Amino acid sequence: MAYSDKVLDHYNNPRNVGSMDKADPYVGTGMVGAPECGDVMKLQIKVNPETGIIDEAKFKTFGCGSAIASSSLATEWLRGKSVDEALAIKNTEIVQELALPPVKIHCSVLAEDAIKAAIADYKAKDTKRVLETVNA
Amino acid sequence: MPQFPIYMDNHATTRMDPRVLQAMTPYFTEIFGNSASRNHAFGWQAEEAVEKARKQIANLIGADAKEIVFTSGATESNNLAIKGIAQMYAEKGNHIITAATEHKAILDTCKRLEKDGFRITYLPLQQNGLIDLDALRAAITDKTILISVMYANNEIGVVQPIAEIGKIAKEKGVLFHTDAVQAVGKIPVNVIKDGVDLLSLTGHKFYGPKGVGALYVRRRNPRVRLAEQMQGGGHERGMRSGTLNVPGIVGLGEACEICGNEMADEAMRLGYLRDKLKNKIFAELDEVYINGTMESRLPHNLNVSFAYVEGESLLMGINDVAVSSGSACTSATLEPSYVLKALGAGDDLAHSSIRFGLGRFTSEEEVDYVSEKIVDIVKKLRELSPLYEMFKEGVDLSKVQWTAH
Repeated sequence: MAYSDKVLDHYNNPRNVGSMDKADPYVGTGMVGAPECGDVMKLQIKVNPETGIIDEAKFKTFGCGSAIASSSLATEWLRGKSVDEALAIKNTEIVQELALPPVKIHCSVLAEDAIKAAIADYKAKDTKRVLETVNA
Repeated sequence: MPQFPIYMDNHATTRMDPRVLQAMTPYFTEIFGNSASRNHAFGWQAEEAVEKARKQIANLIGADAKEIVFTSGATESNNLAIKGIAQMYAEKGNHIITAATEHKAILDTCKRLEKDGFRITYLPLQQNGLIDLDALRAAITDKTILISVMYANNEIGVVQPIAEIGKIAKEKGVLFHTDAVQAVGKIPVNVIKDGVDLLSLTGHKFYGPKGVGALYVRRRNPRVRLAEQMQGGGHERGMRSGTLNVPGIVGLGEACEICGNEMADEAMRLGYLRDKLKNKIFAELDEVYINGTMESRLPHNLNVSFAYVEGESLLMGINDVAVSSGSACTSATLEPSYVLKALGAGDDLAHSSIRFGLGRFTSEEEVDYVSEKIVDIVKKLRELSPLYEMFKEGVDLSKVQWTAH
């Protein structure tokens, strides 16, 4: 299979590889996929409590080159966005940016799912924090 | 530096030996006769060449030249053997035994026969890739007419206990076919010692031309009969009609002759290189698994799963090396290798596997390059792998609730 230049670029130079502390109250972690399906993505965001902007985004992916590229691209796009802006990222934009062929569309879907899962985790922590403040 | 890309996929096909091409060349032009033309010199010359090749092939597998039927390749040989036996011996029984890890040319042919009312037993494999002989014995009924088990597997290179299967078949009065495409020319194959009644082979797997193969059909003890699958001029003792592919057959014969002469040295050289590749990988990486036993295996095969990295991304990282992966991430089904799954490998390990197939034209320099490269890329991908990170943290991945998509 021929890969697009952008997929190759992300595969050869993945952006924002790494992990952040899951227990950090301002870090949201999303892990989607399954090893037996051939893809697992872990995506993390760190939200600045002052500005509500995503300061940091990190990923680790087990999967094909397109899955690696989709998650690497997602971390680039997440940085500097507000949580609501991040939620608006669509898998079709990833498909377009990376010129993914039809058989690889599921990689972009997985990346979108990972973004949503990371944000959901962050929001759950945020809600808990608000409740704790209210109850205190 | 070696020449790129490096070819290490010799189970798929092999580069033709220049000596084979040289032997074939005149038969495209000067000696172009139809070997079935009995009344002029053009025909006689072609026939002489065909009969020489028949002997060369027979010699390599311990057969008699009269027992060699030329075909277009192993898929046709397998179809002819299985359908030909099924139809010829239908009155005797309707049961065929084969194995779950056979090539699709066997499995799909058997599936076709199931539609015609035949019953097929697909024997499971042991974890080491070998047939369980007791399970084979137990599967035989008075309706069983054929056992078909491959000599050596195309993915994991595991060599089956063919002589023992042959003995069991003989004991029970059942015919025994083996798809020997990966074994012929690479390891000693002998239809008498192995007790084989039918054997499929194809030229392009052992440095001969594509599009030409043969089926060995035993002529005595017992005399095996086959129902023809194509009607025509009744060539090849009525078993396979069609004008013979004389240049291809000459090439097939020459390839057999060369293998017969050089097999011992070649197997030793490739076994050394294969082990060098394996040792380098195992010295530098943890969580690496060999698929199939090393005890009974083709000398030029290595099939390794690199846990926590996915096969296609691995291939992408070694894009200057031609190998195969057990991952089928690009297919619609996302199903990984059925051979590895039959061995009980988890889907995740099947997705992480690479098959290395060394060959006559593989150099030590190439093996050194490939082993360095594979170690580097696996290390890099594990840096990227959330699964490897979890493994290192002591998480039991089998207990994680995954969100399958």
